[in-house]
Amino acid sequence: MKSEIVWMIIGMGLVTYIPRMLPFVLFKGMELPPFIQGVLKNVPYATLGALIFPAIIFLQKDDIWYGIAGAAAAFGAAFLGANVIVVVLGSITVLALYSYFL
Amino acid sequence: MSDFAIGKESTEFKKGLQAGISIGIGYFPIALTFGLLAKTSGLSIYESVLMSMIVFAGASQYISLSLLAYGTGIVEIVLTTFIVNIRHFLMSTSLNEKCEDDHLGNKMLYSFGITDETFSVVATREGTATTGFMFGVNLLAYSSWVIFTGIGHLIGASLPQTLQESMGVALYAMFIGLLVPSLKKSVKVLFLASLAAIFNTIFTIGGIMAQGWAIVTSTILSAVMIELIEVIKARHWGVKHEK
Repeated sequence: MKSEIVWMIIGMGLVTYIPRMLPFVLFKGMELPPFIQGVLKNVPYATLGALIFPAIIFLQKDDIWYGIAGAAAAFGAAFLGANVIVVVLGSITVLALYSYFL
Repeated sequence: MSDFAIGKESTEFKKGLQAGISIGIGYFPIALTFGLLAKTSGLSIYESVLMSMIVFAGASQYISLSLLAYGTGIVEIVLTTFIVNIRHFLMSTSLNEKCEDDHLGNKMLYSFGITDETFSVVATREGTATTGFMFGVNLLAYSSWVIFTGIGHLIGASLPQTLQESMGVALYAMFIGLLVPSLKKSVKVLFLASLAAIFNTIFTIGGIMAQGWAIVTSTILSAVMIELIEVIKARHWGVKHEK
């Protein structure tokens, strides 16, 4: 292994681990103000929104319908109450068919 | 008594492993492609697997490959990684409120496994997240990531291109699968997710900021704005705070 690459990996590992770990140390046993607690409870849903859009539309850069089809399939399956694994596999299947037939 | 406690921990761990399966499926194509790209970028199999073991962050690992290809210096690559991953600070702060009380050592150990995907699975789960559950989710996600990085490097490009492409939707499909049940139950969730999606679209398409910052900023903006609206509503009309 090239030592330069190993140092890069160690550096990347540190700057990735520290933001993940620090809040558990900083806010240990601390009762945060109700407003902040409310905001933190909102974070998961806001994050999901930001993680999904707009990235899913650009799954294939030259064909936005590809991403839209995948999103629609996942949304439909989830809306009907399917398990997350079924949603994932269903969406993959729909896109495999999409690229096969179109 | 201790038997009982161990039994409870192990079922929680199993539940975590089960919840981690969809992440494992989602990581499969991405880790495979990472291994493959790492090979074409000139990284050895040891270097690629080591990176997946130590960094465990998809987006920044991909970015580091393209930066290496540009001949970017190591310090800049590490700095970019930091910017891309600063969003995990927010996620950990949010999880810290949700996770059960435990030794700091355990928390410092499982916090290593907090990614967009494990965070989403844990945060949208009902009730408190137990330590056993955290370790279960993380172990499955981590194993999938590391193992398929190695396999990707080994098999090269032998997987059909269309299959690789269609599997790229897996993680987004999982995010949708996690979001929709809560969205059906609460209008607030719908507003939160939509607002963050709109902000993020404006920031990234408008080229206003890098993707890592765009996700953090849109998350904070919408989480704070919706909370402010809740507070104002409660103050003016005495509407009870929605939990």
